[in-house]
Amino acid sequence: MALPKDELVERIYKMVEAAQGKKQLKAKDIEKAVLKEYPDQPRNDIKFAIKELIDSGRCVYTYFGGSYIELPHEEGAAKKF
Amino acid sequence: MHKTPMLDHLESGPWPSFVKDLKRMAAQKSEVNDLLGQLERSYREKITHWKHGGIVGVLGYGSGIIGRYSDLPEEFPGLEHFHTMRINHPSAWFYSTQALRELCDIWDKHGSGVLNLHGSTGDIIFLGCRTEALEPCFADLTAKGWDIGGSGSAMRSPSCCVGPARCEWACYDTLEACYQVTQEFQFDLHRPSYPYKFKYKFSGCPNDCVAAVARADLSVIGVWKDDIRIDQSAVEAYAAGEIKPRGGGAHVDKLDIQADVVDLCPTHCMSWDGRKLTIDNKNCNHCMHCINLMPQALRPGTETGATILLGSHAPILEGAQMSWVIVPFMEMEPPFDEVKDLGYRITEWWAEHGKNRERVGELIMRLGMRAFLEAVELPPVPQSVIFPRSNPFFFWKQSDFDAEAKGRKYYTKEGFDVD
Repeated sequence: MALPKDELVERIYKMVEAAQGKKQLKAKDIEKAVLKEYPDQPRNDIKFAIKELIDSGRCVYTYFGGSYIELPHEEGAAKKF
Repeated sequence: MHKTPMLDHLESGPWPSFVKDLKRMAAQKSEVNDLLGQLERSYREKITHWKHGGIVGVLGYGSGIIGRYSDLPEEFPGLEHFHTMRINHPSAWFYSTQALRELCDIWDKHGSGVLNLHGSTGDIIFLGCRTEALEPCFADLTAKGWDIGGSGSAMRSPSCCVGPARCEWACYDTLEACYQVTQEFQFDLHRPSYPYKFKYKFSGCPNDCVAAVARADLSVIGVWKDDIRIDQSAVEAYAAGEIKPRGGGAHVDKLDIQADVVDLCPTHCMSWDGRKLTIDNKNCNHCMHCINLMPQALRPGTETGATILLGSHAPILEGAQMSWVIVPFMEMEPPFDEVKDLGYRITEWWAEHGKNRERVGELIMRLGMRAFLEAVELPPVPQSVIFPRSNPFFFWKQSDFDAEAKGRKYYTKEGFDVD
């Protein structure tokens, strides 16, 4: 069964939150994880749920050799040592 | 002003130097003075003092901003933040002077004023923006109709040659195709969701002026499928020296049709009897050599479209790789749905199976062309080679120089008997 839009957004947010600091998730990793749990979920729903998290600022895209989705955090390179 | 004795050397050569430009700008922008100072120090110490950021951007986008920080912010405070912004260029880099002034005004207001026209992907590159200035700069850009380009694991800003705007050889409207594809893939351009970068490049003819065959993951190269158009009287005029080859840009003033054109045809599909040039068009591989030399005598055919190639990339993880032909001929008419649809099918398969930082050409190498063709529902074509070239350069051999020394005009085979 597919998740309603709001629940899908929260499910993805929880996934990103749980992975924070442990594993960097790409958009495709999130899509695959959602589809494993909810095989009927349309791919486009997942795409736009990620967009909603990014547009609201709850998640951000990061680039560390590849592009990932993470919770906002301080830029390591910006720190003064 | 920072002392820059090593950089000063670069101004002493015969060519224009970026150092001169930066010094002029440093008089108005302190961060440019710091940029010169840090560069001088890097030259002296042979080490970079840049740190790569990974988070800065504008709200909603995951592409187009590349974080840059100095590791010497106390010494060079203007470089504490010095981010790069990629601005999506217009098709074939056509600007009005008004548009260029608007861009420069925005960049003078929000950033260092240093820009690069253009980066290798094609974007306009703004170099040197503080984090807090990114959003206001982006707002001013969008208010004038500009948008940020691609970076990271995303669709990169598509680029194209000048096409029919300035070139009579364009086999389709490269500018419109580039624009349409850019609009179609906005989501993928701004929101990285691929394993790695993906580049579209559009060339209007096989001369491939944007080097799509060597640089684009998906190359759309104009081609014709009927016969090369010949004006025999113009061929005779070239042979008589009445028309200069290549519009006066060739290495000779008078064309030797047999030696300069026919003998250099890679498929040997041409013949010249001293009065008439004959082409066996079925065996022509559209290399453009003859057309380039005699543009007033030879022209591409009239049944035009594009060849679609896939998989090229510069050396990053693996070595360089050029493209495979995957569709020998595709009609190229607006709104270019066929090429867009093919792009979606390719990126879907690649996103599903690609490893992090694996380009689509590398994935085909890993999983095989058969798996790719089955997945995107394309038939195998005889024009597709087993392995594309991995080296875009040509290396002369000693025998070539020996042949030249013995007076041979051209030599294309190693060990060619020059006696």
